[in-house]
Amino acid sequence: MSATGLRHPGLNLGPAHGDAHEAAEEIVFGFWVFLMSDLVLFSAIFATFATMVDATAGGPDGHTLFDFKSAAIETGALLLSSFTFGMASVSMKHGRETRSVALWLGVTLLLAFVFLGLEINDFLSMLAKGGSPERSGFLSAVWLLVATHGTHVTFGCLWIVVMLIQVLKLGLTSDVKLRLLRLALFWHFLDIVWVGIFSFVYLRGLA
Amino acid sequence: MSWWFLIFGKLSYGAFPFTYSIIATMAAGMVVLGFIATVGLITVMGKWTYLWTEWFTSVDHKKIGIMYVIIAMVMLLRAVIEANMMRLQQSMSYDSPGYLPPDHFSQLFTTHGTIMVFFMGMPFLIGIINFAMPLQIGARDVSFPVMNSVSLGMTFGGAALMMASLCLGKFSTGGWSGYPPYTEATFQPGVGPDYWIWALTLSGISTTMTGINFAVTIYKKRCPGMTLFRMPLFTWTALCTSILMIFAMPPLTVVTTMLALDRYLGMHFFTNAAGGDMMNFVNLFWLFGHPEVYILILPAFGVYSEVVANFSGKKLYGYKSLVLATMCIAVLSFTVWLHHFFTMGQSGMVNAFYGVSTMLIGIPTGVKIFDWILTMFQGRVRLQTPMLYAIAFIVLFTIGGTSGIILANPGIDYQVHNSLFLVAHFHNVLIPGTLFGMLAAYHYWFPKAFGFRLDERWGRLAVACWTVGFMMAFFPLYALGLLGMPRREVEYFNPAYQPWTIIAELGALVIMAGIGCLFIQIVVSIRRRAQNSVPVGDPWNGRTLEWSVRAPAPEYNFAVIPTVDSVDAWHARKERGEAYRVEPQYFDILLPKNSALGPVIGVGGAAAAFGLVWHIWWLVIVAMLVIIGAVIARGFVTDSERVIPAEEVRRQEVAWLGTVRRTPPVPRDKETAESNEGLAEVQAA
Amino acid sequence: MSSADQEYRADLRSYVIGLVVAVILTAIPFYAVGFGGYGVRTDFYIIGLCALVQIPMHFRFFLHIDLSRSKRDDLQLILFSFLIVVLMVGGTLWILGSEKMRMM
Repeated sequence: MSATGLRHPGLNLGPAHGDAHEAAEEIVFGFWVFLMSDLVLFSAIFATFATMVDATAGGPDGHTLFDFKSAAIETGALLLSSFTFGMASVSMKHGRETRSVALWLGVTLLLAFVFLGLEINDFLSMLAKGGSPERSGFLSAVWLLVATHGTHVTFGCLWIVVMLIQVLKLGLTSDVKLRLLRLALFWHFLDIVWVGIFSFVYLRGLA
Repeated sequence: MSWWFLIFGKLSYGAFPFTYSIIATMAAGMVVLGFIATVGLITVMGKWTYLWTEWFTSVDHKKIGIMYVIIAMVMLLRAVIEANMMRLQQSMSYDSPGYLPPDHFSQLFTTHGTIMVFFMGMPFLIGIINFAMPLQIGARDVSFPVMNSVSLGMTFGGAALMMASLCLGKFSTGGWSGYPPYTEATFQPGVGPDYWIWALTLSGISTTMTGINFAVTIYKKRCPGMTLFRMPLFTWTALCTSILMIFAMPPLTVVTTMLALDRYLGMHFFTNAAGGDMMNFVNLFWLFGHPEVYILILPAFGVYSEVVANFSGKKLYGYKSLVLATMCIAVLSFTVWLHHFFTMGQSGMVNAFYGVSTMLIGIPTGVKIFDWILTMFQGRVRLQTPMLYAIAFIVLFTIGGTSGIILANPGIDYQVHNSLFLVAHFHNVLIPGTLFGMLAAYHYWFPKAFGFRLDERWGRLAVACWTVGFMMAFFPLYALGLLGMPRREVEYFNPAYQPWTIIAELGALVIMAGIGCLFIQIVVSIRRRAQNSVPVGDPWNGRTLEWSVRAPAPEYNFAVIPTVDSVDAWHARKERGEAYRVEPQYFDILLPKNSALGPVIGVGGAAAAFGLVWHIWWLVIVAMLVIIGAVIARGFVTDSERVIPAEEVRRQEVAWLGTVRRTPPVPRDKETAESNEGLAEVQAA
Repeated sequence: MSSADQEYRADLRSYVIGLVVAVILTAIPFYAVGFGGYGVRTDFYIIGLCALVQIPMHFRFFLHIDLSRSKRDDLQLILFSFLIVVLMVGGTLWILGSEKMRMM
């Protein structure tokens, strides 16, 4: 890593980025603190899910409702999108053309759409099989957990769109870089939460 | 789907209070009149532009802090009136229906608790920390000033929603903790619990953002030389409080969202049927609720540390132990939440574990009490208003804390859970603890904010009324709880209770007199502000950095960011004779520009919440789009800073230092005299 | 190779390794559940273990957080957050589990 030491989580810009690198310490730390609060939020929902895993009230359970193939492709898409965002971060840090950053952001967005599309499809098929969230406590917990994550991803996509506009219109200014640093943290965090979801909701349900 | 419902949701003629209750109509009338009077006054005085540019869009932590405290004081008035109404009812209702129907009484205890916790306690302490903490650490502002303004906006929105609930519809009757299944749609299909849910949501998100803001500020914006262990105690407690905010608010967001999903979409998180688990509500709520009460008390502990040291003329005894105790309390506060529901049905082993951890948390608190007493010992104690609050606190809080340790024993708690013994305990820690701390802070830092001291005589009268009133209103409740009287009772049939409820009612009236004293105090103080002005800025002979700048504090806080080398840095500088020096060089100062984002999100949030309460879906959608749009638009602002030129800084500083030179210093026995212009006579070390 | 180039490659490598490790740790539990035909208990262990390993890997390779960080604030924060999560989730499971048992 950079010889001057890391100042904050995520990819550090390094002293060549001047102002942005200086300001990043405080700003990215603040966003990291927010992500920790978000982690606690997800933990509370996870804990609730864990206690409601058997509360199917005679309704359908994971075996009936979850689709292995869909879960696999979603997971792959999201994981790949984390990697492609990393490529955007590296491009930004190492002074590659703004077009390259925009390209990687675009690919990330497409992969995110694949993820969201499949997830919406999952929800629709669950509804078709009688797995609506009002059916049982178990289903309420599943829907809340997955949809909270999905809502975060959706807002992340909106943020990516805004950043695409900013990168192309304003270029890689200090402010834009600081926003991309935070978005990167957000995006990787969401993939971490998904590891929890595909493991303990989908695979556990299908086992 | 009728057209009425599409436009107005569930709003109907029956939502107006005059269709069902005279008392409720009077309350709504007061809100409406108050609103008209305020808006009218501002309009007549032509102050809208001034308010918008100087206050509502300000991102200055000092102004934001002041606005928070104003919200807190208005809401304090409402909640104390509600308390008085309940005390009156209970003093009358032995074998009699009293004057309040049960439904109204239930709304009162619900709003009283909700307001006192979320819209009085939290805004008050957030306002005080906002004002004082950046000054104490030698910073120009918090780390995220615009987010600070957004937090204020959302808290204001939540408070506005609470006030709207007086005028339209009824509030929840489920208590401030809102347990299902009673708060589910099956039992309360009206708008009450929805008002409660969305007011809490607005407050909760606001507080989470504030916690992040304060924590990052304290971690990253301390002036050079101020290591963590050279920070004032108040800043330490602010840090621990903000950490609690960050981690405690998410469970509240989760639990209220789940209840909302049950109510709005028929889900089954907490319902009786289909696999719901209402005990998880209680669990999640108190996962939030317990750290919440430590959020309420820690800043007060910090205030007392400052006040006791300052008005004893001594450095704080046991600084390290106070810091360690604060940290222990912060961590332990996440390990005790089950003591709020010992009786819910889990095994004795579980109860024992949490009972022990609850008792453990009393130890660091005890350490603090001793540290404060030892600070006073062999000091030269000056009995100004803040110190009087502190002394009342030390005595009364010890009693309240002890009753908490009694409750920490699950076996005992089974007897007194949800009785007035519990109500006595938590008021005993919250009033002499949190409220007195905030009132002391208000009196202590008021001169720094506004440039003149508050009237001391009315201040002391207020302390007397609050102290006596508190004891009369709440000590009887210990007896009542042990006699078996449950909480939240609208009518009772045991004659043994009434003498106590009558004393309690008299106490409530004395507390009302205390509020009156505070009101008179501010009126008198404003009238006499010229005589009580303290432009030099150090009326109390303070020890920490905020007292090193003039009063009112300049918008940039410090002309030059100070460098410190010890705790009590201002005191050290005065002792060395290095105070009030002209700096060799002044620099341009960069400050953030004002922003409309705070007010926009405040109004948007309140509108979205109102729409959710009344099922006005178009309003919810529009408000959410406005909020999201405003945030995105803010992201495109490139010109967000302004410069105060070095020459201007120099001009202001030199003018102030000229005043300092012309001002005679006063010894401490003239502290409350008109001759105190804010310059302290410094005894040679 | 200039130090900027070296750093570029190091950064790239971090993400590539992260991706490869994550893919493997994802494929294993998916395979186990979808095609492995192991018992439910074995599946649970495999899923749990792989998740428990994959999450720190994300932290290390995507978020660049390792033990050699020069700033202690961030590490303190992560450890504290982890403690809070353990207390909250663990406590919830213990409490509600106890209640469930006593309701049967």
